[in-house]
Formats: sequence, structure tokens, C-alpha cells
Amino acid sequence: MDIFNIALKATFIDNMVFAYFLGMCSFLAVSKKVSTAFGLGMAVIFVLTITVPVNWLLQEYVLKEGALAWLGSDFATVDLTFLQFIMFIAVIASMVQLVEMVIEKFSPSLYGSLGIFLPLIAVNCAILGASLFMVQRDYTIGQATAYGFGSGIGWFLAIIALAAIREKLKYSSVPDGLKGLGITMLITGLMGLAFKSFIGIAL
Amino acid sequence: MSTETAEVKEEVKKPSEALFSKRRKRIVSDPLNEDNPITVQVLGICSALAITIKMEPTLVMSIAVIAVIVFSNLIISLIRGLIPGRVRIIVQLAIIATLVTLVSEVLKAYYFDMYKVLGAFVGLIITNCIVMGRLEAFAMANKPYDSILDGLGSGFGYAWIILVVAFFRELFGSGSIMNFKIFEAIGWESFPTNGLMVDSIGAFMVLGILIWVQRSRTGYVEH
Repeated sequence: MDIFNIALKATFIDNMVFAYFLGMCSFLAVSKKVSTAFGLGMAVIFVLTITVPVNWLLQEYVLKEGALAWLGSDFATVDLTFLQFIMFIAVIASMVQLVEMVIEKFSPSLYGSLGIFLPLIAVNCAILGASLFMVQRDYTIGQATAYGFGSGIGWFLAIIALAAIREKLKYSSVPDGLKGLGITMLITGLMGLAFKSFIGIAL
Repeated sequence: MSTETAEVKEEVKKPSEALFSKRRKRIVSDPLNEDNPITVQVLGICSALAITIKMEPTLVMSIAVIAVIVFSNLIISLIRGLIPGRVRIIVQLAIIATLVTLVSEVLKAYYFDMYKVLGAFVGLIITNCIVMGRLEAFAMANKPYDSILDGLGSGFGYAWIILVVAFFRELFGSGSIMNFKIFEAIGWESFPTNGLMVDSIGAFMVLGILIWVQRSRTGYVEH
């Protein structure tokens, strides 16, 4: 129940986009069509669900103060926390590369539709953000996985919704200066307002 | 048109270009206004919004980002001939991550309160697209000194936008400027603070309107 709750909270209440502004760059850039937004959203769910638990293991058994105790008592006091950023970003970049290779091998059709988005994900701040928040909040591995998955779903829902609105928006006349990014920001604000109504939901 | 391009080429070829030549001034001034990283190029939005509730953390964040952009631009520009094209993304990420780690350790050592406020968002400078974007678009192809100027330009272009956003959010959200209760000081005790401004929604709205103003001024239209 606890795990389900964390996933639900990460999806709706602490939504990556609306509450923490994470992954905004690709959120704004790739939300012009629903089909491409769908592809990127799926890839983000996939990568988040894998990288957060992997980074959890890394944090727990390599980086944290005293985490290297399993190597022997000499290492019990080693604190490698300062390597956190580099390790996490390396894991994310290599995971993205790995996922890309696996998908290409086993499902060429999925690779065809996701292909171009996968490299973009390495620099999507939602991925690194989820790992950093996971450390801040002291999750267990089950909770971390649920958090990664929930955040992914939340991001996916947000980008699909925005893409659907922007597709309709093509037919309305927006003031010149507000076209593109400006109106998208205002819409995102309004969508965030709608997502606020989920506050307080818990199981 | 053709004479103009010829002139520019000549200027680049000159071995001893003035320290602050016209071209170099433009490298710094363009991103501040017409080619602003946030309002025109749509980069680095994530951190632009997350830490702008108050002006003080915003100021610290701006300084951190400027430092990271300038030094990563400089380092990449110095070793640009040595980086194989296929692994350049990893090399860039490694350099950015190292610099961000340095910034984060400095903050932790000398400014711990602020470090706690900024939290994970210091780490998220790594994935700030402005930094990657400048490395990829400028530092990989230009000399170190020009790259430093370009980093300064983009950094300050980013800084002034997030400071403006933070100014309005703090003014209307908490009724203060740099933690100074401005409305109480002028005797308006019951100033109604707006909870939406402290919330993420306020940031989206303020930035949306700021982009509108900025683009109407420069005449930039997105299609």
C-alpha cells in the first residue's frame, strides 16, 4: 500500500512537470504532436523505472558514507558522496545507451518510433531529478522503483495532455509575441492549477 | 551583403584582434536580449522556475550557473581538438558534472543554509540545457577567449530573466524583496500575498508574460 501510495503521489501530486518543473526543455520542445509526445513519454517511463533503482543500489552500496563496508572494515568510513553527480549522470547516460541497443535488437519497430528520442533523454532533468530526490527522501528500493515509475507516468500524462492542447491551439489566433513558448507557458500554468486539485489524495 | 561577409572574415583572420572588438561585444550582448537562452532559445527552463520563489536563492543559483557555463566553455574549448566526435556528449557531461560537484561542495562548505534551500537543484545544473547547448553550439568550434565571452553572455542572459521572475514572485508571493518586507516598510501591513505566486503556477504565468513582453519588444515571432 505504501508503495502504491508513493507511485500515486509521484504521478499526480508531486508531478515532475507541474510541481518541480523538471524535464521542461523536452516537455516544451517535443509537445507539438501527440504521436511524438507519446513516444517520448513512453521512453521516459522506461528509463526512469530502470535508472532510479539502479542509482539507489549505487547510492546504497558505493556512494553513501560507510556504504563500502561490504568490501572490508578498512572501507567502513569511506564517504564518496561527492561523486554522486558524476556517477548518477554516467549511469543515466549509459542506461539510455543500453536501452537504445536492447530495443534496437529486439523490437526494431519500437526503435523506429522511439529512436530519435532516446538520446534526448540523457539530458532530461526529470531523470536526474528523480534520482536526486530519491536520495533526499531516503526511500527503500521498492519505494524507489515505485517513485521512478510513478514520476514517469506523471511526466507522460503531462506531455500527452499538453500536446493534445497544442494540436487544437493551431487553429486559434494567438498574439504574435505570445505564439509558441509564451502561450505554452501560460497553458502549462493552467494545467498545473488543475493538477493542484489532486493535493491531499492518499490511500 | 557580400562586402559585409568579406569584412567579417577579414576581421576573424587578423592575428591580433582587439580585446573588446565589435564582434566580441556582440557575443556577449546577443544572448542578453535578442538571442536570450530562456525567452528565445527555450533552454534551461527547469531550474529557471524551480528556485525562483525568493530572490536570494535565485541570485546564488545564477552565480553558480554563470560559473559552470564559463568554465565548462573554457575547458571544452581548450580541449576541443582532442575530443572524438562520437563520445563528445559523455565528455561534456563529465566536465559539467565535475564543475557542478565543485560548486556544490563550495556551497556546502561556506553557505550551508543556501545549500539546503537549493537542495537537488544544484545537481540539476548538470542537465541544464543552456550549459550543454553552449558547449555543443559554441565552445566545440571556437577559441577559448571567445568561449569565455559567450559563456558570460549566456550566463547573464539566463541570470537576468530568472532574477526578474524571482522579483515578481517574491514581491507578490511573500510581499518582500531580498527578504526585506517592503510592504510593511511603507506602512501597508495588510498587503494580500498571493499563494499562487509561491506555487509553481505563478512561475509559469510570470515567465509566460515575461516572454510575451520580451518577444513583443524584439519582434521575434515563433512559427
